[in-house]
Formats: sequence, C-alpha cells, structure tokens
Amino acid sequence: METVITLAYIASAVLFIMGLKMLSKPATAVRGNKISALGMLIAVVATLLYGGMDYKWIFLGMVIGGGIGTVAAIRVPMTSMPEFVALFNGTGGLASLLVGWAEYNKFLNTPDGTLELVPVIAIFLAVLIGGVTFTGSMIAYAKLAERIDGKPVLYKGQQIVNGVLLVVLLLCGLVYIADPGAALAQPLFYLAVLLSLVLGVLVTIPIGGADMPVVISLLNSYSGLAACAAGFVISNTVLIVAGSLVGASGIILTSIMCKAMNRSLTNVLFSGFGAGAGAVGTGKTATGEVKAITAEDAYYVLEAASSVVFVPGYGMAVAQAQHVVRELGDLLAANGAEVKYAVHPVAGRMPGHMNVLLAEANVPYEQLVEMDDINPIIESVDVCVVIGANDVVNPAAREDETSPIYGMPIINVDLARSCFVLKRSLRSGFAGVENPLFYKENTRMLFGDAKASITALVDQFKSA
Amino acid sequence: MDMLLLLFTFVLAIFLGFELISKVPSQLHTPLMSGSNAISGISIVGALLAAGLSADSVLGIVLGLVAVICASINVFGGYVVTDRMLSMFKSKEGGN
Repeated sequence: METVITLAYIASAVLFIMGLKMLSKPATAVRGNKISALGMLIAVVATLLYGGMDYKWIFLGMVIGGGIGTVAAIRVPMTSMPEFVALFNGTGGLASLLVGWAEYNKFLNTPDGTLELVPVIAIFLAVLIGGVTFTGSMIAYAKLAERIDGKPVLYKGQQIVNGVLLVVLLLCGLVYIADPGAALAQPLFYLAVLLSLVLGVLVTIPIGGADMPVVISLLNSYSGLAACAAGFVISNTVLIVAGSLVGASGIILTSIMCKAMNRSLTNVLFSGFGAGAGAVGTGKTATGEVKAITAEDAYYVLEAASSVVFVPGYGMAVAQAQHVVRELGDLLAANGAEVKYAVHPVAGRMPGHMNVLLAEANVPYEQLVEMDDINPIIESVDVCVVIGANDVVNPAAREDETSPIYGMPIINVDLARSCFVLKRSLRSGFAGVENPLFYKENTRMLFGDAKASITALVDQFKSA
Repeated sequence: MDMLLLLFTFVLAIFLGFELISKVPSQLHTPLMSGSNAISGISIVGALLAAGLSADSVLGIVLGLVAVICASINVFGGYVVTDRMLSMFKSKEGGN
C-alpha cells in the first residue's frame, strides 16, 4: 500500500506542475486549474489509504471546511476577491501550523518517543511561518475589507519591538530544538506558537493598503513555505514539492509587483509607505488651477474623440463602476472611437485586480492593454479617462525627484491630448502623495462618485 | 525517509517553481496567485494524517480536526474562486 500511495503522490506532484504551467497562459489557464485540482484530489485519496486512520474526524473536518470554503467562494463578489484570496491563504497557513503542533503533541504523548533533528526543526518552522501567514493574512483581509483602517500603523521603536519579538521567538525555538522532550521545552513551544501569531500581526500592520498587492503575493509564498515545512515534519514528498512550487511562484509575483512600483521588498515591508508626511515626504505641493468639467461638457469632448483610453484604479472597484464603464466603452466604440483599457500592474489591491473586474464586466480581452504598450502611443490618444486611479498616473513619479514615488513607472495620461480625472475630491491618493496631474493644462476634473459620473455620461450618449 | 533526499526534492522543486512562473501576462496575475494559493492547501495531506492518526489524545484530535477544516477551506475555496475568475477570462476569447 505504501508503494501505491507514493506513486499516487508522484502523479499528483506531476499534475500540480502541469497545472501551474498551464495557469500561466490565458488559453490553457482554466484547464490548468482543473488539472491542479485533480492532483489535489489524488493526493487526498492516496493519504486516506494509510492504514489505521480514524475517518470520523477527517470527514467531519472536510465537510465543515469544504462547505465553508465552497459557499464563500461561490458567493464572493468579484470586487471582494483580494480579501478572500487573503482569507483562504490564511487558513492554509493555520493548517500548516496545526500540523506541526499536532506532530509535536503526538511526540509528547508517546512514551519513549523520539524525534529526529530535522522534523524537530521543521515543526518549529511550520509553526513560525504558518503562524505569521495566518495572522498576517487576517490583517491583510481586514485592511482590504476595510474592517480596520488601511493606513499603516506606525509607532516609535516599531522595528525594535519586532526585532526583540523575533529574537525571543528564536530563543524559544533553540531551547525547544535542543531537547523537545524537556520540561522547559513544552511551555516555550506554546509561547513560540503565540509569538508567531503576534509577529504576523505586527509585521503586517505597518504596510499600507496600496502595498497590498505585494503583501498578498508574499503571504502566498509564505503559505507555500509553511506547507513545505509541514512536509518535512511528516516526511511527505508531495507536501514538499507542492509547497515549494507555491513558495517560488509567490516570490516571483512579489518581485514583479515590487518592480512595478520601483521599490525594493524591504522598502515595502518596513517603510510604512503611505503614513503621510511623518514617515516619508509627500513631494512638492502642486500648484496651478484645477479645472472642473461637467458631465455634459465631458460628453461633447468624448463624442468628438476618435481614441479613448480608460485607466482604472482601486476607485473603480470601490464604486463598483466596471459595468457602466464597459457600457460607456461600448457606446464610444459604436460612435466610432477606438477604445482601450490601460491597466497598471499594481492598480488595485492585488496583482491583476483590474483585469478581473473588467473581465467580469465582459470587456473584450483585446481592448485591455498593458502599461508598456500604451505609453509609447499615449500622445496620440484624444482622451484618457482616469477612473479612481491616482498614484499609478501621478506624473510626479517622472518629474519630481522629491516625490516618494519618484521613479515608479506610471501610465503617462498627462501626455495624452486631454485627460479626464474622475474623483470624489482633490484628496491625494492612498500613499498621501501630491498629484500634479490634477493641475495640468490638459486635465479636467469630473468630480463625484465614479459610477454616478460614468452613468451620467452614458445617459448623455443615450439621449443624444 | 532519508532527510537529505527530502532536502534534495525541496531544492529541485524550488528551482522548478521559479522556471515555471518566470513570465506571466499581467491579466493572469490574480488567477495564478489564487490558483497557487489553492495548491498551498496541500497541507490538507498533513492535516488528514494528524486528524486520522491521533485518536489517543483530546488535544491531538482538536488540532487535527481544526487543521482539516482550515486546509479544506483553503483547498475548496481556492479552487472554486480560481475557476470562477478564469471562466470569466475564457468567455472573452471565444471559448478558449
């Protein structure tokens, strides 16, 4: 039976690899996900073949967890996707923590039980990484779902507190690893569980909402590494392979996100970006005249435009405006304009957030363009319509060396012939950085809720 | 199993992971992340073993049960959500 199980694990590892490979191409992605799910099914069934298993707790757990997961996944609206990905990610981390803890508990309950050095260390790592993943993801979830303030939480000596916490954690780990069966090791192990959970909270609260794409991909990578550690705990190859694949892919996504913001990972994790003037500068105060425009005037400009580019940001998700945006896009296209949607890699709150929303609104795939493809031709665009995006179109990133976002690649909407910015107010974006775009000669501000503004434009077109 | 062999597997798998995902178009970032997130629910294997083989202590049962619940949420939720997102992309390309 052992051989059958191992062979099944190999098959499931192969399916994960194929699935992941297919997930990275649009044409094969749906099938890739199904193949990876098949791999998971095989791994689960194979595991159930182990002798001496007590199935009642297993089935109870799978029914409860599977029910919660499936119902949540079916009911979640596309706009809430970032926080749910964070939530699911967190539960995976917690599972790895518990696997490590359960194994330690088994050792404690076995008279004369022995534990090799590698599993002993792996248990500690599963608890540490799993714990940080769990509470870190929960904080990310709460920030994204706006259950708590998305602004970075900073206080004096924050790095020192985190550093001390980490040192204490490692000391607990060392004592426990030295002799897991000792009387002192047990309370210290429980302390390590607790501190790992606390550490996850403390390292995530200083990170602002706009940096969430980076944090989510990083936590995703952690959850893979936690699973990997759990694999070393129980000497299970499929856990190790699948966990490392996720760990590696998460790190790659993280670095893509960092590059798109022209910042290092350390800067994202520790700078408290977006806390306002206290932590970082906000750049030169922009001067000039702000020119507002009414929906009616905006309609006349759009009606005459032969090329229009929509630039969506997090504000579009908040206003749930993706459907009316697509409607306006269709009307413009019917009117003879060339319509495109330019998506910045870090627009929104998770990697690819805007693409998901626009896909939900049935925006044709061909109309989506990436930043690097639109920037070279942006000067020939008649109207750029910025919907709830701010930092990703901030020309200070190009022009103002004192701006904290200086050097970040942006979509150069200010170079288009004209630019409409849909915004509730002149308030600066999430990062608290001044945006000179609002004061540019060819910029017109269309104040109000994004969805209401776009709807007004749609009505203008329909009544014309 | 030999620990060094496990370590060997680990290192190779990490490199394989880097090779697999080096170039991904940005419209697939979310599904890829969510799909790989579902794969990290593989800790369900450890959870099943913990829940099925620790009937001798109450704490063991509780840990195992909660681990299975959490891992199942990750697995089921992760795959279903990814499938929902990817299906939306699919329809745009005329059914693949």
